[in-house]
Amino acid sequence: MVELLAVEDLTVGFHTDAGLAQVLDGAGLRIDAGEVVGLVGESGCGKTTLARAILGVLAPAARIGGGIIRFKGEDLLQQDAARLSRDIRGRAITFIPQDPYGSFNPLFTVGAQIRDLVRWKAPRAGRERVMELLRAVQIPEPERALEKLPHEFSGGQRQRLMIAMALLPEPDLIIADEPTTALDVTIQAQILKLLRDLVKDRGISVLFTTHDLGTAWEICDRVSVLYAGQDMEAAPTASFFAAAAHPYTRALLLSLPDPEGDIRDIPGEVPSLLEPPSGCRFHPRCGRASEACRSRPPRREPAPGHLVRCHHPVA
Amino acid sequence: MAALVDVLSRMARDRAVLLGAALILLLVLVAILAPLIATFPNDVWDIHPTQRLRPPDASFLFGTDRMGSDIYSRILFGARITIMVAVVAIGVSLLIGVPIGLVAGYYHGWPSDLLMRFSDIFLAVPQIVLAIAIAQTLGPSIENVILALSLTYWPWFTRLVYAETRSLKNEIFIESTIALGASPFRVIVFHILPNVSSAIIVRSSIGMGFTILTAAALGFLGLGAQPPAPEWGRMISESREYLPDAWWYALAPGLAIFLVVMGFNLVGDGLRDILDPRLRRAPKSNG
Repeated sequence: MVELLAVEDLTVGFHTDAGLAQVLDGAGLRIDAGEVVGLVGESGCGKTTLARAILGVLAPAARIGGGIIRFKGEDLLQQDAARLSRDIRGRAITFIPQDPYGSFNPLFTVGAQIRDLVRWKAPRAGRERVMELLRAVQIPEPERALEKLPHEFSGGQRQRLMIAMALLPEPDLIIADEPTTALDVTIQAQILKLLRDLVKDRGISVLFTTHDLGTAWEICDRVSVLYAGQDMEAAPTASFFAAAAHPYTRALLLSLPDPEGDIRDIPGEVPSLLEPPSGCRFHPRCGRASEACRSRPPRREPAPGHLVRCHHPVA
Repeated sequence: MAALVDVLSRMARDRAVLLGAALILLLVLVAILAPLIATFPNDVWDIHPTQRLRPPDASFLFGTDRMGSDIYSRILFGARITIMVAVVAIGVSLLIGVPIGLVAGYYHGWPSDLLMRFSDIFLAVPQIVLAIAIAQTLGPSIENVILALSLTYWPWFTRLVYAETRSLKNEIFIESTIALGASPFRVIVFHILPNVSSAIIVRSSIGMGFTILTAAALGFLGLGAQPPAPEWGRMISESREYLPDAWWYALAPGLAIFLVVMGFNLVGDGLRDILDPRLRRAPKSNG
């Protein structure tokens, strides 16, 4: 497979009143062309920070400590801001936000906002293409939809509009940051299926962040696990769920409710990002931890395409 | 344009707003037409000691005051002072308060905090007390009342605009505009300000009523317009010595203040409901 995006050893901290919060600590990620990759992890593990770092829209308080974000062979962190905003962000990499309610300006019609996007980010797209995409995301009466104000659409419809707008500039990569958390479960399934079908038809890659392993299973080709700002394991979806090698991933999968309704939680708590544990950040909660775990384990590849960062992987 | 028609047609369907708008319209018409509809237009200045304190009758509709001037005519000319005070004071407050609120809300850091703490100082003292202090220091005149009201009312706009700007700044649509490369000026003026404008309009309308009331209070305390200017608050103040016998003396200006302030408040409240874009429908939608 051809590499589209690779994040290597990315370190990002935030200055807070209590000190430097190390949100990403040597995080890694790889997305190949045409692949839907799920980035799973608990709330606060750094999923959104990683997504924002790729887009180059980290909050002003964020400090990038090091690492590379290689997109189509060039390091985005070395690019100058003007070129990033002109050619990459919103063009080659587009974004579907978490909250479909705050994503439109309530005072302008949807058509006006799509026209702005076309003007700046998709100059080749004509009216027919806009219509075609609105039909593709199953917006009823697309002609009239353009004349409506955002509040006249439901949350699900707005998210469909967001998907259409993310596809409009013909990007190579779409970053979908928990695009369905604000929607109810039945709509979630429809939207995710729609998103997957649309990107597969067009050969677009997707980075899909979620804390829901079920949705990751539904739509992803590969799953990557983030814990407290470190990548733990990345594997094709089938082997991820069948043969997880990292103790954290194992524990995470075991924590899913079984048919009897029992839940096995992971002992301990998510570490403080202000004073994180050294080495593998999971080691204070890990049953297999040893002295070696105080240093960050290298990547191992127990099976082709299956990467795990652990000194003591589960066989 | 369509949006304006939409707002107006919704206003027309709301009786309270209609009543308020009618009262404001009446105030404006009265101010414009005062020289034509006043029965004794010269009584703003003239005194007639022989006809002091006459009760209302056919020739003196609202009676006469202690100088023998026609109260009805004076009330009409007083509307001009009232409008000037309200419009100029709110206008100046907007010019000071809105830009400060936008800038302080958009940017983070100590300059923003400094601006907001500065406006907090004004909010910490009751407006009427601060206005009295300013008007007293500068000397009693209608210009100084307007200045005092402007200097004390702007922090309300700053607070309002600051809070709205802060929450809008976190909305994705604003962030994406910034990410698209729009300048801070463009984001503030074309994307944030329009989203705050309905709140500003509502506050302005209510603020006008409030300002008129405060101006009348300052006039009552002798800090505002000087005699013989027919300022409503001052007229009530003058009437105190002759109450309760000359009841009409206080009644007419009191009623005028009451109706005008109520008019602005009704319109302000109505606009609050109407301008909420979530309650608005685009034209021609049948859903």
